Amino acid sequence: MSQTPTELRYTKTHEWLRQEGGEAVFGITWFAQDALGDITYVELPRCGDEVKAGQPFGSIESVKAASDLMSPASGTVIAVNDALENAPETVNADPYGEGWMVRVALPEKAGLPKDLMEAGAYQAHCEKEH
Amino acid sequence: MPFIPHTPEEVREMLAVVKVRAIGDLFAPIPEALRAKPLDLPQGMTEDAVCARFEELAAPPGRLTSFLGAGYYAHVIPKAVDALAGRSEFVTSYTPYQAECSQGTLQAIFEYQTAVCRLFGMDCANASVYDGGTALFEAAMMALRATRRSRIIVDECVNPQWRRMLATYTAGLDVELRTVPHAQGRCDVNALAEVIDEKCAAVLVQQPTFFGTIEDYEALFAKAHDKGALGVVSVYPVLQAVLKTPGETGADIAVAEGQSLGLPLSFGGPYLGIMTCRKALVRQLPGRIVGRTEDREGRPAYVLTLQAREQHIRRAKATSNICSNQALCALRALIHLSLLGPKGLAAAAARSMELARSVAEWATALPGVKRHNDAPFGNEVALKFPIPARTVVEMAAAHGVVPGYPVGDRYPGLEDVLLVACTEANTDKDVERLVRTLANILGGRS
Amino acid sequence: MNTIFEDSVPGRGAHIVEGDPEAVGKTIPESLRRSAPADLPQCSELDVVRHFTRLSRRNFSVDANFYPLGSCTMKYNPKFAEHVASLPGFLGLHPHLAELPGFGAWVQGALSCLFDTERYLCEITGMDAFTLQPMAGANGEFTGVSLMAAYHRSLGRRRTIMLIPDSAHGTNPASAALAGFDVLDVPSEGGLVDPEAVARILSERGEDVAGLMMTCPNTLGLMETHLPAIVEELRKADALLYYDGANMNAILGKMRVGDAGFDVVHLNLHKTFGTPHGGGGPGSGPVGVTARLAPLLPGPRVVKGNDGVYALEEIPGSIGPVAPFHGSFGVILKALAYIMRLGGEGLVRVAEYATLNANYLKKRLETVLDVPYGDLCAHEFVASAPEGLHALDIAKALLDRGIHAPTIYFPLIVKECLMAEPTETESKQTLDEYVDALADIVDRAGKDPAFLPAAPTTLPVSRPDETTAARHLRLTLDMA
Repeated sequence: MSQTPTELRYTKTHEWLRQEGGEAVFGITWFAQDALGDITYVELPRCGDEVKAGQPFGSIESVKAASDLMSPASGTVIAVNDALENAPETVNADPYGEGWMVRVALPEKAGLPKDLMEAGAYQAHCEKEH
Repeated sequence: MPFIPHTPEEVREMLAVVKVRAIGDLFAPIPEALRAKPLDLPQGMTEDAVCARFEELAAPPGRLTSFLGAGYYAHVIPKAVDALAGRSEFVTSYTPYQAECSQGTLQAIFEYQTAVCRLFGMDCANASVYDGGTALFEAAMMALRATRRSRIIVDECVNPQWRRMLATYTAGLDVELRTVPHAQGRCDVNALAEVIDEKCAAVLVQQPTFFGTIEDYEALFAKAHDKGALGVVSVYPVLQAVLKTPGETGADIAVAEGQSLGLPLSFGGPYLGIMTCRKALVRQLPGRIVGRTEDREGRPAYVLTLQAREQHIRRAKATSNICSNQALCALRALIHLSLLGPKGLAAAAARSMELARSVAEWATALPGVKRHNDAPFGNEVALKFPIPARTVVEMAAAHGVVPGYPVGDRYPGLEDVLLVACTEANTDKDVERLVRTLANILGGRS
Repeated sequence: MNTIFEDSVPGRGAHIVEGDPEAVGKTIPESLRRSAPADLPQCSELDVVRHFTRLSRRNFSVDANFYPLGSCTMKYNPKFAEHVASLPGFLGLHPHLAELPGFGAWVQGALSCLFDTERYLCEITGMDAFTLQPMAGANGEFTGVSLMAAYHRSLGRRRTIMLIPDSAHGTNPASAALAGFDVLDVPSEGGLVDPEAVARILSERGEDVAGLMMTCPNTLGLMETHLPAIVEELRKADALLYYDGANMNAILGKMRVGDAGFDVVHLNLHKTFGTPHGGGGPGSGPVGVTARLAPLLPGPRVVKGNDGVYALEEIPGSIGPVAPFHGSFGVILKALAYIMRLGGEGLVRVAEYATLNANYLKKRLETVLDVPYGDLCAHEFVASAPEGLHALDIAKALLDRGIHAPTIYFPLIVKECLMAEPTETESKQTLDEYVDALADIVDRAGKDPAFLPAAPTTLPVSRPDETTAARHLRLTLDMA
């Protein structure tokens, strides 16, 4: 059932990153939403906030669990998926699409963090955690 | 053995199952060096003897006529509050984590949340914190989280003990408390408004103030909003039956000491911290909160909700460390409000205020007694005496009268100011007795 | 069942307080008055009595049901203690009276109760001084860790780290964070705090560590047998040791935490000393300290003069008050009455029979559940649901049999955890019935996969939809 799109990059803490030119979109993986169960709330940063790789950029809650959302890369938030405020269940339904969380402008020149994983490595990581 | 049902025969059977010879063997895991000597405590007493001892300790040495308030008031408590809140199904139940067997407590809390929100004109409430002081602290924390700022502006007319608690609770945090002095026993609204800037998370005020005055905070809260700060007010719930609501005033968070809603004074506790806020802040609301949902058959059902952000899951990152609530105290408040209804509560407020007005009129006719200021006041009035207020209190003690609270201990410079509080439990005769006593004290000195 | 608001009829009332609400108009300008009356219930006294009596019948309670809880002691709450706390002389006592000149005689009884409670708690725990101010266990934890911060501050140093075992209750880290500490997890080894792990952390970060918060016996129901070694490590680093009193019922009169090397302790009077939980509160969480921390306690304190007169005295170096007055006085009275009733020997028996009950239940449950730890347990133990079954489902099935569910999914380090803490006040019959009920539930679950997920079926409501409750918040009748 699990899905791990190959065009994305992944963190150990189960966030994904999609690079689009000088920008990147963040969300959480299928594995993460499945582990959390029915998601009830997503707290996201505001436009203009700076996020830092490996630091929390928000938090996510289900009935029984809550965890921080860790930023896969550093940058400036330029868009936030406000629709999640009233429909957090979207993250369960479509974690890689409509369930995206923030879009950030990446700093010029700096590349993506070295510890981001490709799909294959991430899948192996998930199997280990299981 | 009181409260231990085991017979010797049962103990033998149980030890055989556990496969140890004596109960003492069960404590083998305690390292030898750490085992206690016999406790040096008095011998156990019979139930009767314990009760007799406490009845002796509780017996007052005489009758008192009291006008003591200063944040805690002896209002009438309907007897049905004791009868209903004293039911052991409420008293001896656990925190309602298991919703299916706790619908009584949960629905009561939901009704309590509804009642205090309607009384304060606010959107959301939690199932209570410990008292008015901790409620004020939690309100400040909500504002700090919501604004991501670190400065709290506090009016000096806020209950001085709660301000001291605020200082204790924030001592280890990166929070700056800035207190704005009172202006002759009134809230200096303009001075407060002036110091609100972009670094300020919230402004904290009290209605009526500790000195009993009723202030207009509308412009102050509007200014706070202009600067991106929150308006927080601590109110006196009984007077909220008649006073403009925090909601109407523009407050973002409204808290209260709930003691005056059906809780006895009981020498300082247990009390009830009421916490309400606007819907936009609900995610910052700490502690236990009850929500209404449906069960599998579509029947209305009540559950603890928003628990994922609390300490049993979030640990060090929790919204607060509160794991209990004051459920039984909140239940008393709800039953009290249900018995009084809107009319009864307003009548209690009106009668208390009427008596305080009467005290003010009579007392200011005495030589050298003046009102501390001319602000509108509720059920408590600040009177200025020609002699130290502590002296007035001490001399009144001989007459069996508590004339009020001398504010000088908490407000240096105001040693001659006495706060006199009335409730509907006071009678016209009580007021006469107070005035006669004061006349006697002042007359005797001049 | 209707809410009290839905039972309300405009114009009805109980007429307990009479008076003219309009009289307010004479004293307060209109701009300061509310625009419309508060929409509170309008009910007769009988309406209110019926409503709340019916509500009460939708609750489990210790008086009617067995609570095998764990992590929280739910023992019988003696009725005479309720009588003591409801004496009119105590209920009507204004807390400010104790500060007023000339009224000392009126507060002597109440102050002596506070004084004696502090004294007895000192003897029970082996500490040198107590504050009764904290109004609940978590409030006591905050007070305790604040005292630890203040102690290090008083020595001119700032220590920012609080060590907390991974088996600890979540409130420990939350309280430490609230007092401004960074929390560092200490891993368990075989269910116990590993002294080597503590030593390792202290050798690396010793100068930053304020102390360690321990629950002993711990939340798994195991005595922390390495305690002396842990104390020694902490002493070397001049870090303090905190005792979380959640499990005090296990060691009453058997081990005094002060003697064992703890510097700070909080007790839960509503767990160990028989005061009722009230559906979540009010509680009381007194904090005891050793002599070197006593000058930092919240003030004022009750002192007894040479003339035998009790009075309040401020503490100059205090961390400041954590409560408006003396804490949950009404709860403190009940605990004091309980201590006086039992005396020293009675308190020791509490620990003995609580431990006997837990060990008996543990042995008997070994054939029903998976019981992972150790031979002997303290006053509680942990078990896991049998393979393929969920702790939550078993908990709900117990409700159908009139037994309150045990604490589940805690401690976090135990899989599908079901705790058990039977307390000393339960009889062998009750424990046997509990074992039989669990065995029968597990048996039926094996035969019928639909049985467990359907539970409970006999209570006023079946499982509520918590997801909808959290997604679409309805916290009052007026919240759409």
